Amino acid sequence: MKSLKRRKIHDRIMVGLLSLSTIVVLLPLVIIIVHVFVEGFSALSYDFFTEELGSPSRAIQGRPTGLVHTIIGTIVVDSMALFIAVPVGIGAGMMLSEYPEHLLNPSLRIMNDTLNGMPAILKGLFIFVLIVKPMGTFSGIAGSVALAVVMLPIIARTTESALQAIPWTIREAGLALGIPRWRVVLSTVMPTAKAGLITGVLLAFARAAGEAAPLLFTSFGDNYLPNSWLGFIFSPTDTLPQRLYSLAISPYEQWHSMGWAAAIVLFMLVIFTFIIARLLARDKFRKQA
Amino acid sequence: MDPENSQLSKKRSFRETYVDALYKWLGDRVFTTVVVGLGITIILITLGMALVLYLEGSDALGEFGLFGFIQGTTWDPAVQLLFGAWPFMFGTLVTSVLALAISFFPAIAVAIFSAEYAAGWLAEIIDNLIKLIAAIPSVVIGIWGIFILAPWLRDTIYEPIYFWTETNYPDMLHILGNPMGYGMATATIVLSLMILPYTTALAKDAIKAVPKDQREASWALGSTRWEVIRMAVIPYARGGIMAGAILSLGRAIGETMAVAMLIGNKNTLPFSVFGAGATMPSVIVNEFREAVESLHLSSLMAIGFVLFLIALIVNLTAAYIQRRLSIDGGQVI
Repeated sequence: MKSLKRRKIHDRIMVGLLSLSTIVVLLPLVIIIVHVFVEGFSALSYDFFTEELGSPSRAIQGRPTGLVHTIIGTIVVDSMALFIAVPVGIGAGMMLSEYPEHLLNPSLRIMNDTLNGMPAILKGLFIFVLIVKPMGTFSGIAGSVALAVVMLPIIARTTESALQAIPWTIREAGLALGIPRWRVVLSTVMPTAKAGLITGVLLAFARAAGEAAPLLFTSFGDNYLPNSWLGFIFSPTDTLPQRLYSLAISPYEQWHSMGWAAAIVLFMLVIFTFIIARLLARDKFRKQA
Repeated sequence: MDPENSQLSKKRSFRETYVDALYKWLGDRVFTTVVVGLGITIILITLGMALVLYLEGSDALGEFGLFGFIQGTTWDPAVQLLFGAWPFMFGTLVTSVLALAISFFPAIAVAIFSAEYAAGWLAEIIDNLIKLIAAIPSVVIGIWGIFILAPWLRDTIYEPIYFWTETNYPDMLHILGNPMGYGMATATIVLSLMILPYTTALAKDAIKAVPKDQREASWALGSTRWEVIRMAVIPYARGGIMAGAILSLGRAIGETMAVAMLIGNKNTLPFSVFGAGATMPSVIVNEFREAVESLHLSSLMAIGFVLFLIALIVNLTAAYIQRRLSIDGGQVI
């Protein structure tokens, strides 16, 4: 056996190495955040939020361009996705947690995990075949459904764990009072798990709102505002992640800086949602502790 | 008994027997049907995805055969209409396995540090920062990679290595490839950055799941802190850490946007270290919107189907390891 002194020195060295690698790992995060803020803020302007993109010549000639249609499109597509995904996801989560005896429960768990592990781009291809092809056009609603498929397994999974955190004795107490099972779940279990449910939905939203791959084949993108509100739903619609991608790989210098501005808006949207979700989760944890 | 009272109890018992029972029976029926129906929706979506990708890709798979498609090294949508998926499978395999290899040890180091050494508040900060990295959208990492990371890598790392090799080992240059900044190496580096938070979070879950007795026994034998970790904690958590690494590999395989923006997109073998390449997701993103030929479209769908199968195998393997060790699959956002 090595001497105690050597073992202690070894221990110290390992602590040093571990903390050093933690710093090294967290460094890129800081660098990315600094770059996005520096480049993004200098590219943000009043026009960015009020003008539509138009053709590249518009930017090259110095005429005002912006991403107002992208921002509205993102709001429309993302909220429709939430509208679709929340009831289905929470329902599936309820089945996972409240019906453990159901025959299909184990296969639902496997299928849900499988869906969660599938690359988002495949969800885009799936919705392309299912909605875009029959409709004959790329559309905002197809983008929403694709994003909803991204959100679904996350919501189902987080709902399951939020509901399972509620002790079974609460359900048994309700059942013992003669309250039907569905009332026990809806009026006793669900309200108790509310914070956890909202956290799950927010995390799913943060994840889906940053996805570009499924939107490329579904909502496609457009450089102009549609003629009416329905245009956001039934015709090609711009969304931030997919527009950011097209701007970044475009050959125009002016569009690159707009890409940075789009990056900062998208980054803030996702990170704020994420931080709110984490804070909620932490409050919930503190209350329980 | 007083007649008024008995009538009242009669009324209540009528409600209890019929209305309440109906309410309870019907309510439970409706609720169960709705909840189970929503659960089945998810099952149908997952199965439907596999089926749709298979059917849409069946033209290409029928033309070349599944194994012919996988082994084919020519991808020519313009002239010969020959479609082989191997260059993309190779690109996916190399970038994701290397990304895991690069990020594995740093990720484990962070997990050990935050689980075993860091004080409560520091561990919480590290945890949140790591999960923050996972929350950054792929396209944002992509634009940062295009305009900042790739030029920096080219100027400070790739070109010096390239020129050094040129003077010393000119025969090796074709292995290095053209150091333009966008290529296999850059994509691998960015991928390793992107999957690191997953490996860390899952490894931390596995480490946290090690029973206290295990540590205390080691302390009692007079171990130092590092010895406790090395001899009592890591061997116990090994399975969970491996499952986490496999799940991260699955993430790397499916990662699309950042890779498509940084890998340079070259559809032919052989790839070189700095040179351009392509992965299965990146070729779908790049060519899908421009695919005119139906066989081309079908081939891209077939690549999607193969990608589905690979992701399925990777996920089931991780799930199998987790279930066998009865670890709850930890979740990062």
